[in-house]
Amino acid sequence: MGEKKLLTGDEAVARGAWEAGLLFASAYPGTPSTEILENLAEYKPDVYAEWAPNEKVALESAIGASMAGVRSLAAMKHVGVNVAADPLFTFSYTGVTGGMVLVSADDPGLHSSQNEQDNRNYANAAKLLMLEPSDSAECVKFTKLGFELSERFDTPVLLRMTTRVCHSKSLVELSERQEAPIIPYQPNIQKYVMTPANARVRRAKLSDRFQYELAFSEGEAVEMGLNRMELRATESAGEHIGVVCSGVAYQYAKEVFGENASYLKLGVTWPMPVNLVREFRSKVDKLYIVEEVDPYMENQIRAAGIDCIGKEVIPEWDELNTDIVRKAVFGQSSPTLTTELETVARPPALCAGCPHRGLFYALTKRKDIIITGDIGCYTLGSAPPLSAMHSTFCMGGSISTGHGAAKALEKAGSNLKIVAVIGDSTFFHTGVNSLMNVTYNGSNIITIILDNRITAMTGQQQNPGTGYTLQGEIAPEADIPKLCAAIGIKEENIFVVNPLRLDETNAALDKAFASDNASVIITKWPCILKKLQGEETSLYESLGNVCYIDQEKCKNCKICTKTGCVAIYNGDRVEINEAMCVGCTLCIQTCPFDAIIER
Amino acid sequence: MSNTKAILLVGVGGQGTILASKILSEGLVSAGFDVKMSEIHGMSQRGGNVSTQIRYGEKVYSPIIGKGEADVIVAFEVMEALRWIEYLTEGGNFIINNYEIPSVPILMGAAKYPQGILDELSSKAKTRILNANAIAEKLGNKQTQNIVLLGAAIRALSDSGDTALNAIAWKEIITRNVKAAFTEVNIQAFEEGLRAN
Repeated sequence: MGEKKLLTGDEAVARGAWEAGLLFASAYPGTPSTEILENLAEYKPDVYAEWAPNEKVALESAIGASMAGVRSLAAMKHVGVNVAADPLFTFSYTGVTGGMVLVSADDPGLHSSQNEQDNRNYANAAKLLMLEPSDSAECVKFTKLGFELSERFDTPVLLRMTTRVCHSKSLVELSERQEAPIIPYQPNIQKYVMTPANARVRRAKLSDRFQYELAFSEGEAVEMGLNRMELRATESAGEHIGVVCSGVAYQYAKEVFGENASYLKLGVTWPMPVNLVREFRSKVDKLYIVEEVDPYMENQIRAAGIDCIGKEVIPEWDELNTDIVRKAVFGQSSPTLTTELETVARPPALCAGCPHRGLFYALTKRKDIIITGDIGCYTLGSAPPLSAMHSTFCMGGSISTGHGAAKALEKAGSNLKIVAVIGDSTFFHTGVNSLMNVTYNGSNIITIILDNRITAMTGQQQNPGTGYTLQGEIAPEADIPKLCAAIGIKEENIFVVNPLRLDETNAALDKAFASDNASVIITKWPCILKKLQGEETSLYESLGNVCYIDQEKCKNCKICTKTGCVAIYNGDRVEINEAMCVGCTLCIQTCPFDAIIER
Repeated sequence: MSNTKAILLVGVGGQGTILASKILSEGLVSAGFDVKMSEIHGMSQRGGNVSTQIRYGEKVYSPIIGKGEADVIVAFEVMEALRWIEYLTEGGNFIINNYEIPSVPILMGAAKYPQGILDELSSKAKTRILNANAIAEKLGNKQTQNIVLLGAAIRALSDSGDTALNAIAWKEIITRNVKAAFTEVNIQAFEEGLRAN
């Protein structure tokens, strides 16, 4: 027996892919998927792993690697699959050469996402063989199997995970890596050039592929234990309850229904093994479908005319747990302690010393503006006391929503000014296209690129602007000012400032607000959590020392608290928590009485 | 499953709950238990609340703990203990670090830190209160407050009848998980936690 280790689901997917002989992996970071690539990067030189600027690029690169004959993987969070959906649907037609696994990490309960879409629907829509692991051991097993099934059925395989599978640790038995043979490249125009004529031929083949995959899901997958019935002991008494479940919901169901129920645990959920469900139904008195978010399995089971209980009791949104399932099905809850005392919320906030704070503070002083926002730490600029963001939809959306709003306001004769706020990594993701639209279609919005020299929200990943790759190679740094100029922003409308210097920031904002043309302000200062490398250590020396408030001079005007700095405590008197202060000196610049002093 | 135990570690981003949970989980695995551990990442890194959940026993299914199901709640911060009160099982133990971290609404002056939490919780459940930060500071390394609390959690589990935990080579596991320069101080912190009552 191999060594047993506690691994998260993400670590286990990386392990499984490495064991399966994976050669190429690409991803854009996104919680809860990020650690898959971070862990794969550690398997160098066996595995080549990279951060792509966005999920579409990641998937297309993995498609290319598969076409070139090697096993490849792309990983992304659920909303990332939306970005990659264009190549995905057509890749399903072409099929693969080397096995290809696409990992979709969904986030039921919206722990760190803007929606909780259920990506199992993509399997149905794009006709992708889908595997749903329910713990880390299955993450290894299903990932390895994914490559085999991909090659066998000539299809990309969707490995669908959720936050609790990605970020829970459970025991995994480790195996050695088996190199996968590299398939020599042979041009195949009919397979890979999806002109309508070729695509029609490939589309026709999908129906056959579905039949083979269905036969697998209902036959071999059962023999392999992927889709398995766990029938209760014959001596069990009472109403025979059957439960169909997949993913982490299986774990909750096992705890709630216990030994007296039977289970149909599905690992392959597209194609849905409907005949297997029918057979299972015939063995039980009552059938429950326990699944998180959408009635994905339930709808298919009902469509097949099988009587079941699903979303009429199981919540259709938010994540499940044992407690929720027990209450939903049996109306029982565990006794809990209660208290009259009320807790105060603990929302996340920009860190002490975060460069974004300076910019947002400066924006709070501007009147008649709409600030369109984007996805990243800086979305926290929408929280009080800054409250300096009015919309956030998706990666890269700030500039384009701002552009549309500006055009509409112009037509309406409004004098509201649009400021679009976007991070460096988000700008590279899809913001560049949006900025091209601003210059091409001529809106005069102010785009602010918050260049904190790293992809911060997901935990410090490199990107095209940072000068390093995922596996630590030195890379050219994308030059944001030059890029903006090349797109068509006038040189005199491009500003680079240190956002923790309010005078610099305000001067750039003044010029941008005064201009009739589109402007770009790049606020360039590293994330306070970034470990500086190379020349950055001298480029970004600390701005100052830890600060304190001279209570003699302080008039308690509380202006410094409007920065929302988490090191400033607004009690009866304002105080600075010196253990948290990093000496960014922003508060000093806001104080009208020179009462804040550096140590 | 009835023979499964559940431990909830709650605190604020940056307090070291994840390292404590990792050591605890590895120890439980070494004793032959089936173990699952679940943590929430993402926005919690920016000063939000963090939680790690550990379940262990002969066979563990769910990686997360439902309301009324935690045998032990280790709170690294006082208000966080209150936040998770509904998760404690009847007869369960609270281990609370007597350390307050105001959250953003409190910093902003929009809310007051709730008063009387320790008395309230002590009146409702078995509660051990530690000054883990002070203990760690006395040992010369503030960061080790998480290991002090780990020691206290293991003591509480062992006192409540889980004697298998006493046989685990905790010090070896701590040594594996911390930088060599900090091994000694972490082991001292662990022992202080075990002794605290």
